[in-house]
Formats: sequence, C-alpha cells, structure tokens
Amino acid sequence: MASDIETRLKTLMLRGLGGDAAAHAELLGALTVYLRSFFARKMGRSAADLEDLVQESLLAVHLKRDTWDASQPFTAWAFAIARYKLIDWFRRNRIRRTEPIDDASDLFASEDSTELSARQDLGKLMGHLPPKQRALLEDVKLAGLSHAEAARKAGMTEGAVKVSIHRSLQVLMKRVRDEN
Amino acid sequence: MKTDELIALLARDAGPVKRGAIPRSLAALAFGGALVALVIMVPWIGFRPDFPAALADPTFWMKMAYTFGICAAGFLLAERLARPGATGRAGWLLLAACALAIGALAAGQLAMTPAAEIDVAVMGGSWDACPWYILALALPGLAAILWAMRRFAPTRATLAGAAAGLLAGGGAATVYGLHCDENAAPFVAVWYSLGIALTVATGAIAGSRLLRW
Repeated sequence: MASDIETRLKTLMLRGLGGDAAAHAELLGALTVYLRSFFARKMGRSAADLEDLVQESLLAVHLKRDTWDASQPFTAWAFAIARYKLIDWFRRNRIRRTEPIDDASDLFASEDSTELSARQDLGKLMGHLPPKQRALLEDVKLAGLSHAEAARKAGMTEGAVKVSIHRSLQVLMKRVRDEN
Repeated sequence: MKTDELIALLARDAGPVKRGAIPRSLAALAFGGALVALVIMVPWIGFRPDFPAALADPTFWMKMAYTFGICAAGFLLAERLARPGATGRAGWLLLAACALAIGALAAGQLAMTPAAEIDVAVMGGSWDACPWYILALALPGLAAILWAMRRFAPTRATLAGAAAGLLAGGGAATVYGLHCDENAAPFVAVWYSLGIALTVATGAIAGSRLLRW
C-alpha cells in the first residue's frame, strides 16, 4: 500500500532528522532496496553503474535532508532525487530518452535486493581526501570507532570530528558526480 | 565500498537537523541583496529629487506594492523550487495577481489619457535606463541567492534560477523606486517589468549552469 510506505518512511525520516541514527540507517536501508529495483528497471538490469547510482542517491538523500519539508510527502521528495540522479546519468552517458511522466509510485513499486558490486569504488575516491580527513573517515568507518574515540586519537574535539566527517561526505558526493 | 558500509557511515553523520533553513536563508539574502542595492544606488544615482515628499504620493506606494509583490512571489517560488519534488501554487498565484493588477491599472490609466499624452505616459523620461538600472542593482542579490541555492537541492535548475531572479529583481525594483520619479502605471507596467524580466532571464541562464548537485 503506497500510503503505508509513505507513513513508514516519513516516520523514519522525522526520527532521523531529530538525531536518531538507527532510524536514519533503517530509512537508508529501505530506500536502497527501492532504488536498486527502480534503477534496474530504468537502466537495464545489468548496468555496470547501477550500484554506483544507488550509492550516489543515498549520499544525496543524506546530505540534502534539510530540503525535505515535513508538510510534503516524503516519497515524492525521495522520488524527485532518484529521478534527478537518473536523468543526470542518462545525460552523462548521452542516452537520449524522453522520460515518461512517472510519479513516486514508480520508485516504490517493488523491492529487489540483489546487490551488484559498485563499479566506481567510493573507498578509492576517499583516497582523494586530505590525509587527516581520510584517516578520520577510516577510523569511523572501518575500525568502528565512536566519535569520541576517534577524536581522542586525532587530538580533536568531538564536534570537530563530526564537522570533518560531514565535510568529507560532501566532498565525496562532488567527486562521485564528477567521476561518473 | 559496499552500500551497507556507506549506510553505516552516513548514519554516523546523522546529527539533528535544524529546520527552516531554506526560508531563513532566502529571506536573509534577499533582504541583504536589497540593502546592497540601496548602498550602491545612493551614491550612484541617488534618491528621487522629491524624496521624502513623495511618500505622500499614492503612486509611490503603488509602485512599491507592485515590486514588493513580485519580490514576495519570487520568494515563495524560490523556496519551493529549492526542494526536490515540492509543489506549491502560492507563488504562481501571487505572480499572476501582481501582473493582472498592474496590467489593469495601466490599461485603466491609458484609457483616461488623452492621445497626445499616451507616449509620455508609457515612455516617460527614463525608459531606456530604467530596466538596466534594475538589472544592475539586482545582480549582487541574485549572485548571493544562487550561491545559496547550490547548497539546497533544486531539481529544476533553470526554473529555480528564474525564481531567484524574480526574488532579486523584485527587491532591486523596489529599491529603484526610491530613485525613480516616474509615476505612471503604464510606465511601471512596461519598464519596471522589463527590468525584472531581464533579471529573471539572467537567473535562469545562470541557474541552468550553476545549480548542479
């Protein structure tokens, strides 16, 4: 039921916006499944870039969270982002397609969770970050350090660590877009 | 990096988000842009010679109301177009209302103008300078608003740029009304609107190039 999906995702989004990291992770996980299916249908199931576009969309959903207005449907917002990234992909690959007027139900139609490996390795793109920022990202991502532990290790405040990670993600998003 | 790892990483960055950033930034930058326009205008072309006596003239307020209405319509449109998938009719309705109002006023005035004076009513004395002054005064505000738009997520770049132009242009035209001593509604309907339209076009072109994310 479309409205069930909207209710579930909207609740997760609101909790994530309030700082609930687990809700935010659950939201992104749910979106991943819809995105994979949507892009597979639009790009061709075996498209090499499929997982890249999924990751690019997740980064965009995360970094542009503050553009969602709670008085509007969440599914419409998420669909607009997915569609924007898809059209960008068509343009970059010079595929001429007149996009049919879809709506959000096209994205939230089915759940296909087969993950292909990403062609463009986000991990490799992290190598472009300055060493200090990269080290922080590695600590938090790979070693699973908390912000406080990573801050102690790097000799920074916890707040500075959070800002650094957020900035690194923004740089990554730009890099992903430019590389693709 | 596998997608699961990316999600875990993004969840670590999931601090609480301050709400209302978009309208606040747009309002602040539009106001700041108008302030800069004023600061540029005063030494450059100055206040109108009959200022502040002009404040008692209803046509002064007619101009202010029109240009401010355009500015407000631009604000409503830009605020929506900064967001993916947002719909909103308020901006379009206000824009249409402003256009209809000034059009009706201009037509009404022309109907009461003797044929020999129609030329003056429409062209005034500064028709060739007015639109360009408005565009020039709008540019700092337009640049600031476009720069802010880049941090948002406009999915229709050209339209978002045009809305930025409407917002900045309306603000600049309002400031310009402090200098310009033309009072005829036909003049305002044509030449002020042209200045705003030039700003909208500039914003649209700049938006189509700059507003990528």
